[in-house]
Amino acid sequence: MQITVTVNGAEHSADVEPRTLLVDFIRSDLRLTGTHIGCDTTACGVCTVLLDGTPVKSCTVFAVQANGRSITTVEGLKQNGDLHPIQVAFKEEHGLQCGFCTPAMMLVGSKLIEDNPNPTEDEVRWAISGNLCRCTGYVNIVKSIQLAGKMATAGSDS
Amino acid sequence: MTTTTDHNHPITTPEVGGIGHSIKRHEDDRLIQGAGNFVDDIVLPGMLHMTLVRSPWAHATINGIDSSAAEAIDGVVAVVTGELLAEYNLAWMPTLSGDTQAVLATDKVRYQGQEVAAVIATDPYVARDGADAVVVDYDPLPVITNPMQGLESDAPIIRTDLEDKEDNVVYEWEAGDAAATEEAFAKADRVVTVETHYPRSHPAPLETCGIIADVSPVTGEATLYMTSQAPHAHRTVFALVAGLPEQNIRIISPDLGGGFGNKVPVYPGYVVATAASLVIGKPVKWIETRYENLISTGFARDYYMKGELAVTNEGKILGLKVDMLSDQGAFFADAQPSKLRAGLFEIVTGSYDLQAAHVTTKGVYTNKAPGGVAYRCSFRVTEASYLIERLVQNAAYELEMDPAEFRSMNFIQPDQFPYESATGLVYDSGDYETAMRKAMEMIGYDELRVEQAKAREEGRLVGIGIASFTDIVGAGPSKDYDIIGLKMFDSAELRVHPTGKAILKLGVKTQGQGHETTFAQIVAEELGIPATDIKVVHGDTDNTPYGLGTYGSRSTPVAGAATAIVARNLRDKARDIAAHMLEASADDLEWENGKFSVKGSPDSSVSIQDIAFAAYTNLPEGMQAGLEGVHYYDPPNLTYPFGTYIVAVEIDAGTGQWKVDRMVAVDDCGVRINPMIVDGQIHGGLTEGYAMSNMQFMTFDDDGNCLTAHFDSYMIPTAWETPRFELGETITPSPHHPIGAKGVGESATVGSPAAYVNAIIDALQHRGVTNIDMPVLPDRVWQALQDSEG
Repeated sequence: MQITVTVNGAEHSADVEPRTLLVDFIRSDLRLTGTHIGCDTTACGVCTVLLDGTPVKSCTVFAVQANGRSITTVEGLKQNGDLHPIQVAFKEEHGLQCGFCTPAMMLVGSKLIEDNPNPTEDEVRWAISGNLCRCTGYVNIVKSIQLAGKMATAGSDS
Repeated sequence: MTTTTDHNHPITTPEVGGIGHSIKRHEDDRLIQGAGNFVDDIVLPGMLHMTLVRSPWAHATINGIDSSAAEAIDGVVAVVTGELLAEYNLAWMPTLSGDTQAVLATDKVRYQGQEVAAVIATDPYVARDGADAVVVDYDPLPVITNPMQGLESDAPIIRTDLEDKEDNVVYEWEAGDAAATEEAFAKADRVVTVETHYPRSHPAPLETCGIIADVSPVTGEATLYMTSQAPHAHRTVFALVAGLPEQNIRIISPDLGGGFGNKVPVYPGYVVATAASLVIGKPVKWIETRYENLISTGFARDYYMKGELAVTNEGKILGLKVDMLSDQGAFFADAQPSKLRAGLFEIVTGSYDLQAAHVTTKGVYTNKAPGGVAYRCSFRVTEASYLIERLVQNAAYELEMDPAEFRSMNFIQPDQFPYESATGLVYDSGDYETAMRKAMEMIGYDELRVEQAKAREEGRLVGIGIASFTDIVGAGPSKDYDIIGLKMFDSAELRVHPTGKAILKLGVKTQGQGHETTFAQIVAEELGIPATDIKVVHGDTDNTPYGLGTYGSRSTPVAGAATAIVARNLRDKARDIAAHMLEASADDLEWENGKFSVKGSPDSSVSIQDIAFAAYTNLPEGMQAGLEGVHYYDPPNLTYPFGTYIVAVEIDAGTGQWKVDRMVAVDDCGVRINPMIVDGQIHGGLTEGYAMSNMQFMTFDDDGNCLTAHFDSYMIPTAWETPRFELGETITPSPHHPIGAKGVGESATVGSPAAYVNAIIDALQHRGVTNIDMPVLPDRVWQALQDSEG
């Protein structure tokens, strides 16, 4: 089937099998490998991307369902050569260890602070509860997202 | 051994970023931009894709395999069976424990999920279609799902492939002194017993295992991109299994999405993909699904343990007896040193000074997946630590003593180090009392006990659990420690370039621990070169010196020591070059802050960067050019990190659910290279300990079907359930390690499960509950409460 999808601001047209998963389309067809695969069953969340701005687990979305829609992956967080505050904050607060869940965590975090720039710890923990991490115990991921919220607010104020 | 809170670090400036600085991680820049390079991210020209056909049965004879329908699918290139591999003598492979394991089953399958055939196709989806189309004719056999069944006199023999094998026993092992232990028990006033099953677990790193095997049909060179925690050891295993000349094998282990022991063994999929690439002449990629990862790759734990502690009425521990059955699965594929059948279980005497101990273990084959990996622990140490800490807590109840005071009465004292344990280990250093008192102070132990008494009066179930663990890591001294004969040293190669920048090459391999940062910090400490000027290379066997890999918290104790020493060796050469540059005697130079200066004339100095340039441009006569070296470090002993964890829980008596109110963790891992990274390691370990105590385990039905084969049933805590942690530290350096570090990656997984479970038992012990097996699921708590009321 022929689809057209806007990914990180660029339009891509492709002929895909109906059964092609969005995550495979992103990784294999578009070669954007920052989106990972961890469980195949919508449980771990490492394949999370933003579909029209909303986090979805791309292992449970068919590529054809993304036809005519807009996707942001981790590769699209950086704008005009500048890292997104969430990226800066994850490094600053040691919010990653192996880095496998990180792109998804950052995308979910970026959506959260867009809606709620000053989230409480509980709000962050609830927001990322669809995403597993085996390394960090989530402690520094929470701190990273909170810091990013502050940075984004400070950035937009200045 | 003194305990200090700062241990005089950091010495270097923040710009240099040596030991003690929480510098930001070098590896993060690529990972936060989605530019990590994991195995599945790699695409090679002409690459084919492989899917394995796995057995739905736990034990069954294979009558035949019909691959014709699969071969007829457009895009399927080949179907590989065990019979085909047998023609190349590859149907079986050695395990890291000296057993053999089927690569693709030929005679029968021995566990659900065992590899039976492989389909190679031009596209991963087509490879799966092909695997679905392979028809295997099985005759089911009786199934053994636990070691007790395996030892029954009429149990079916699982390993019919082993000549003359007439039972299912893998090994029998013992440690300690049986006679001395009997004597100690004869003197005891009481004996406290804990019988428990440490359940089967799985490391489940978020990245599953995989390989791209690229064997050149022209040169015969094999480049294997593999999820490997031990690339050098794996290269040697491949040379032995496949008969490939070792110089023609290059293993590249790129970024790893976690490991936790799961990426130590050699799996059948690696071997089949390599054989397929060799035969077909094209690169072959195999990436596990999560289901495959959970049902077939390295599990951990699964120990049925009985521990007995002999104590006096005054509260002194006299002796310890342990008897265990270990469920090994269908092949003995533990990844642990050859001589240690039960790993480092000898650490079961823990932090306590007791006269005698005796441990016996029997390993048994069952119809479950093989593995027995050290899941975020150093070879069976989590089981040992759990058992002694559970016993000590229960002994305190038996004697009506406070569990903290009971521990205090029995701790090995600081002046007893180096301490030879009753099982023959020599602990390097420790100060257990100080760590425990610090944790008690942080959590407000005395106040909590008062609150607990009040809560009990109100009918609420509140508990406080302690674990004062001693870990054992850093395998190990070559006289005792080897894996399939390979001594467990490790290595570091350091080259300082003319401009004063450096490259450090390691035999170990990070899976997220931050080696690219912390190992640069060790060099920064020793040479004064800023850590940001040092590139760390690892995970490529063509470009790093030989090493046994990263597991058992051995990177810092072994490769960290090698790094410090190679840097010191370069500093010695740098001193001679500096003497030449300053026209002074080398003996008259002193080293400080990355510079050699003439004693008494601080203005007369040269920096390490000046010296590096001179090493290529202005050498003393007769000296070899360059500033580089390699060091292989054979540790004189293991290291013994320790600490005390205290957990406060409240249990809902109606549902059996329990919630952690407080979790305090005081760790002593010796000198901390990067405190930020150390804390991160502890956070992760405390979470995995919580997972095992609360929800995470592998379980099977009576037919050997794995009931926890996906993340919707193999439960991993999310951010929502995970407790909040409060961390503290003491610092007792290792006296034999060049920088005094002990390793920390696994302490929290080793120590914390007992703290959580002790807290639950503490809440219930007044009702007569003395044990609930992990994971302490709500229904188990509820049932224990019903039974105690009955």
